[in-house]
Amino acid sequence: MMDALGRPQSVLLLGGTSDIGLAVVARYLDGRPLRVVLAARDSPRLKEAVAQLSSRGAVVETVEFDAAEPQTHAAALAPCFAQGDIDLAIVAFGLLPDQRAAMADQATAVRTASVNYTGAVSVGVVLAQAMTAQGHGVIIALSSVAGERPRPANFVYGSAKAGMSAFYDGLADSLIGTGVRVVVVRAGFVRSRMTAHLSAPPLAGTPERAAAAITEAVWRGRAVAWTPGSARVLAAVIRALPRRVLRRLPF
Amino acid sequence: MTTARPLTGWGRVAPTNARVLTGADDTTLAAAVREAGPRGVLARGAGRAYGDAAQNSGGVVADMTHRNRILHLDEVGGVVHAEAGVTVDALLRAVVPRGWCLPVVPGSAHVTVGGAIAADVHGKNHRHGGAFGGHVLAFDLLTADGQVRQVRPAAEPEIFWATLGGMGLTGIVLRAALRLVRLRTAWATVVQRRITGLDALLTGLDTAQGPDEHVVARIDLSGPRVRGVLSHARPAATADVPPRHRAQPLAYVASRPLPCPPLPGALLSKPTTLAAANGVLRVAAPPVTTRVLPLAAFLFPLDRIVAWNRVYGRHGFVQHQFVVPPDALDVLGAALRVLAAGPGGVPLAVLKRLGPGDAGLLSFPMDGWTLAADMPAAPSLAPLLGRLDDLVARAGGRVYLAKDSSLSARHMARMYPRLPEFREIRRTLDPQGVFRSDLARRLSL
Ligand SMILES: Cc1cc2nc3c(=O)[nH]c(=O)nc-3n(C[C@H](O)[C@H](O)[C@H](O)COP(=O)(O)OP(=O)(O)OC[C@H]3O[C@@H](n4cnc5c(N)ncnc54)[C@H](O)[C@@H]3O)c2cc1C
Repeated sequence: MMDALGRPQSVLLLGGTSDIGLAVVARYLDGRPLRVVLAARDSPRLKEAVAQLSSRGAVVETVEFDAAEPQTHAAALAPCFAQGDIDLAIVAFGLLPDQRAAMADQATAVRTASVNYTGAVSVGVVLAQAMTAQGHGVIIALSSVAGERPRPANFVYGSAKAGMSAFYDGLADSLIGTGVRVVVVRAGFVRSRMTAHLSAPPLAGTPERAAAAITEAVWRGRAVAWTPGSARVLAAVIRALPRRVLRRLPF
Repeated sequence: MTTARPLTGWGRVAPTNARVLTGADDTTLAAAVREAGPRGVLARGAGRAYGDAAQNSGGVVADMTHRNRILHLDEVGGVVHAEAGVTVDALLRAVVPRGWCLPVVPGSAHVTVGGAIAADVHGKNHRHGGAFGGHVLAFDLLTADGQVRQVRPAAEPEIFWATLGGMGLTGIVLRAALRLVRLRTAWATVVQRRITGLDALLTGLDTAQGPDEHVVARIDLSGPRVRGVLSHARPAATADVPPRHRAQPLAYVASRPLPCPPLPGALLSKPTTLAAANGVLRVAAPPVTTRVLPLAAFLFPLDRIVAWNRVYGRHGFVQHQFVVPPDALDVLGAALRVLAAGPGGVPLAVLKRLGPGDAGLLSFPMDGWTLAADMPAAPSLAPLLGRLDDLVARAGGRVYLAKDSSLSARHMARMYPRLPEFREIRRTLDPQGVFRSDLARRLSL
């Protein structure tokens, strides 16, 4: 159960190796027993995350989970809920392909769309059902400012994130009165494994700062979290640009 | 009738949704228990528990407040039979004019008989008067098998003492028979002393001689030395009742509700404002005052302000109440220092002396000092409350479940050594775990 200070007792991280997701989990670890379920495909990085969280006192379980296989999601997540309530779930999986590569290779574009959008919709429905039944819960959807108005440089990724944001914004409203809340995170550039191959812009955030903004939004009961703070301004500027200008943006 | 809606406790923190069943008679309640789904059933009284004790997310919550009939009053023997949803206020209105009183009442008259049993509540006279459970003669309990059993302490001590303090987890209390005590007037003679220094306050708290003496101290931790107002009340003699009321000294004067002033939350969470509101900081007040007050005015001071729990704003508040053994004075002092250094400013606190505990497996009261402090809920409170829980657990004390909304299962097990016995009785009485609550989930009861 979430307690009076907004501390969950159990967290489900979908995309169990996400830097931002793990940073959120770390913020909720304060020496109390925290049940952490990492849902991901098996990898050395996952083992590393399990070891690290366990050493900090978390009781860690892993679930074999592939975001690209929506037909397996319900069966994969059912045991997590069967073993006890999930107080907070983080939808953190996602692919960030190079725009040109995605346009050169149809399969890459399709895979990006199905993981970032279809996969997110799929777990969103499963989580909403399970949490409505338990009468409480928080869903954190890690989306992106790229979805606010996709640009020439990122519209494969951006369009999928636009869909994800739209879905979770809608989900948030549809769950009012059920005890379940949704926070849609509109993240700007955050230095992480996912963005390691890119050159970071001046106002880039860190996973830890993103996690702080996210846990604050959860406590405040906000439906949207912007991180870094500048992402909100950036999104407003990009939304206001005439299409003619947007078309020529180099980034 | 069932409606799905969010519920919180009095502290207005951590809402969860439940299907709330209202207006149910015994048969409907028994059916609800027999047909309970995986999320179970829980009784709820007036919702005066501060935390999540009366919440059952995803399950059924049986609202007992409409079951509010007083069934029988034995005016000779001093026994009242009442449905579980009857409030302390309603009982006092009925029995006081006839010269009777409940021997134990909590600090709010709005709590129900069911809630008073489930939390085995204590009053300001616990030192010699004991807890609520000591005065319960019998109750009807709807158990997980859908049957109603009559439970008496002598015949079924296990179920009785698992239910007293059992936070609704043994079943639904439907009706209870309560022992009353004689009363000469509906008034109390209240002596208030302004005292500086913890030792002097504790000495003052220790002066009660009998079960009709009520003692409490409201303390202010903001200065270098603890300051407080010690209130000591005993039943007023007829001669002391204000002349205007002397012809009918037993007429019960309930607290007249005043609407809560629309003060901004930020203002009220400032300790000085709160302290002023509580009268602790009235430096100009004389060191000793003696007044004759209606019983309710002394016993239920906060009931005069409707919905005062809203002043802490949107995130609600926690009331942290713990008890430590009588000789754990260093721990008490350390706890006060921890509270005084809190992130949200210095909370106002209430200090009482409790007497020996009863046989309730999860009952809170035990011989020692109990302190309750209100604080606006915030994540930044976590280290403070964690430190308090450590201190209290190590000293052999405990936190009050009816107020709690932040304890961990680990501390719970240390603070309530009889938890294994409680679990054992629950396993026999309710093998499927029909009766469930958010508190039970959080603390793995
Ligand atoms: C201003 C204020 C002052 C207080 N002062 C004191 C005090 O001095 N001493 C003290 O001991 N407590 C005090 N309390 C706490 C209060 O007495 C307890 O929390 C009490 O349990 C509240 O009763 P309720 O009817 O509101 O029950 P709820 O808050 O609705 O429920 C509390 C618990 O009782 C169970 N319950 C309720 N009805 C039934 C039933 N019919 N059958 C089985 N279980 C049931 C619920 O499941 C839950 O676990 C105070 C509370 C307030 C708000």
